[in-house]
Amino acid sequence: MSSVIPERGAAQPRGARWINVFAPALGLLGVVVLFAILTGAPERYLSATNLRVVLAQTVIVALGAIGMTMVIISGGIDLSVGSVIALASVVTAVLLRLGWAPFAAVLAGIVAGGIVGVVNGLAITKLKVVPFIATLGMLGIARGFAKYFANQQTVNAPATWINELAVTFPAHAWMLVAPGVWLTVVLAAFMTLVLRNTVFGRRIFAIGSNEAAARACGIDTDRLKIWIYSAAGLFFGLAGVTQMSRLRQGDPTVAVGVELDVIAAVVIGGGSLNGGEGSVPGAMIGALIMSLLRNGCQQMGWPNYVQEIIIGAIIVVAVAADRHRAARAAERTA
Amino acid sequence: MPLLHVQSVTKRFGATMALDGVDFQVDAGGVHALIGENGAGKSTLLNILSGLIRQDSGSILLHGSSYAPRNPAEARRAGIAHIHQELAIAPHLSVAENILLGAEPSAFGRLRRGVMHARAEALLREFGREEIDPGARTGALSLADQQVVEICRALAFDARIILMDEPTSSLQRADVERLFGVIRQVRDRGIAVVYISHFLEEVREIAARYTVLRDGRSIGSGALEEAGDERLISMMVGRPIETAAAREPSAPGEVALEVHQLAAPPRLRSATFTVRRGEILGIAGLIGSGRSELIRALYGLIPSTGGIALHGRGLGYLSEDRKGEGLALQLSIADNVTMSRFSSCARGGWIDRHLQARQAAAVMERVRVKAPGPRTIVQRLSGGNQQKVAFGRLLHQDADVLLLDEPARGIDIGSKSDIYREIAELAAQGKAIVIVSSYLPELFAICDRIAVMRRGVLSAARPVREWTPDSIMQTAIGGAA
Repeated sequence: MSSVIPERGAAQPRGARWINVFAPALGLLGVVVLFAILTGAPERYLSATNLRVVLAQTVIVALGAIGMTMVIISGGIDLSVGSVIALASVVTAVLLRLGWAPFAAVLAGIVAGGIVGVVNGLAITKLKVVPFIATLGMLGIARGFAKYFANQQTVNAPATWINELAVTFPAHAWMLVAPGVWLTVVLAAFMTLVLRNTVFGRRIFAIGSNEAAARACGIDTDRLKIWIYSAAGLFFGLAGVTQMSRLRQGDPTVAVGVELDVIAAVVIGGGSLNGGEGSVPGAMIGALIMSLLRNGCQQMGWPNYVQEIIIGAIIVVAVAADRHRAARAAERTA
Repeated sequence: MPLLHVQSVTKRFGATMALDGVDFQVDAGGVHALIGENGAGKSTLLNILSGLIRQDSGSILLHGSSYAPRNPAEARRAGIAHIHQELAIAPHLSVAENILLGAEPSAFGRLRRGVMHARAEALLREFGREEIDPGARTGALSLADQQVVEICRALAFDARIILMDEPTSSLQRADVERLFGVIRQVRDRGIAVVYISHFLEEVREIAARYTVLRDGRSIGSGALEEAGDERLISMMVGRPIETAAAREPSAPGEVALEVHQLAAPPRLRSATFTVRRGEILGIAGLIGSGRSELIRALYGLIPSTGGIALHGRGLGYLSEDRKGEGLALQLSIADNVTMSRFSSCARGGWIDRHLQARQAAAVMERVRVKAPGPRTIVQRLSGGNQQKVAFGRLLHQDADVLLLDEPARGIDIGSKSDIYREIAELAAQGKAIVIVSSYLPELFAICDRIAVMRRGVLSAARPVREWTPDSIMQTAIGGAA
């Protein structure tokens, strides 16, 4: 019975927690070294220019992955990310065209994502629809609203500072990388601390680890879930604003299927779809691994389908390796 | 005035009257045993007290004023903690986080980890369990220690009444002693403990008063020292019941299963034995000694080395973990019973539902499953009836060698004796049976031979009459590794 429950006192060493980030980091290093060798031009693959390209491309998925990490740790899933990105990008662009101040338009785009999150949370808790279905429904609803607001076409926005958010080469050379990259780094660090050191963060882990226990301990799990999906929605909204910034227009048909990249990033980074496990740094590394792979494949001149096959395989291998490692760890402590 | 006073409480679930007029009083600073067969309504009563469900009628007074919690949070605020049979811990979180879950010390939303650890440490120290690290991952602790974590949680929010549902069902004797020590400490602080158990000897050891429930009614209550076992048992079952008497030894047939130096490290190091047709072999030993691993290795659930020779048709396996791997809870009795041998009621891959239901009904009658019909969802049954369904699947499978891991654990006396009777019946039909059990009276009552597992090594199997409970315990715990 207790084959996976180690004897008393044989608790996991504290360092084990770092393995959760260490393993994906090793994968990241592996991808970098592999392509540095394969391309035969490590100085080009590892050049500052190419790294800027990769980072700028990663921002949207990375921002989404921060929100998704919360959702997945709580034992949930959100499939509406791609549609929310499109919706937020359209909202921002439309409001800019209406003459809103850039800052207000950006805020509105983020809030649009938050509102979708609230609705997701309400559907999951009040209507008692499982997250997979509730957010699958929202995937359609948000995309539909994006097209409605955009009048079914792309929305050109006047040029503002927003367009500088996720450029490959920042306007000010001293920034080294785009402001959006810095923003992502800061938010990732902040959310790492929130998940580790706040009551809200620990309760996200608690609900994902054992929801019944959390409820029995007097935690209002419904309210907590609404907060989690809403907070995640804000990140998806921000990802949408970044999307608008990169395209310089609001596009209601953009980011189809991005939710799968975002989920993959979290899972490659050690997140468990059963809840209770996951980390923001891991998810960031997961997002980077996928960008570096795509970039590497492009540099090799490999066709798109090769990338798709490789990334698909990486997701499965990463998770299999993670499970194998977890099983080994359980054996060692047993 | 009693601390808690339950008056004429009723609760109906669909067609079944789970509680049909329960009266129940608990005083501060005492341990009150709630006894009764599974399905008698004990868990329903606790669920009402802890705010998980609400009664249909009747009243509950706490400190003399009306008490009607709408959810577990309200029950907690009223000072009632419920420790479930399945522990409610979050395995990924630390011990300290679990103890203070829902009441985390914080400043502006920021977790005060130092304060949290100190409080957890203080609670653990009070119980003399300072060796449990508040920072350890709770999922990595033993079940017994996880239970301590839950009790500390109850004390952390200053519970006045602790409801414990079968807390010892997965503990070994040494841990039971420790748990009782903790319960006595809790009691001496003036906290009331309501204690559900199937073990009368255990109840006598820890509780002073009892209430017997049967079929949703409170049948009697009083001081335990004034009630003999036979009286309690007759109140529980409402009919005289044969206490487990030693089985007539059967004449064993040819060898059905030969096991030679079977090993599955780290838990199982070496097991050698044979079982003949018509024979029941008992495996005794402490939890964690490798008993379950022996069964699991035999059934191929974990990799092993050594020799296994099966002379006969098929192996049947009954898991000790009824909910985890014994049953498909969302499926019907019929699906569960026929699952191991769907072929018996299918033609060309299509299941003949009438035939399936008929076969299941026959099995249900044989093991006396109490349920509306074979299409009843297993989840709706009481624990004892669920176990009978799991056991019934073996009957339907009709294998020659049966591996039973704790076949009668955590179920009521009536269901137990039904299962014992059926095991004896199977042996009489020529099946070879291996039983793992923590409950020695059970092994003595039904086995022909007993072998004892100690730290992964199985002793020689000897006839029951050559063993005494003392000699078994001696073998199980004695000597160096």
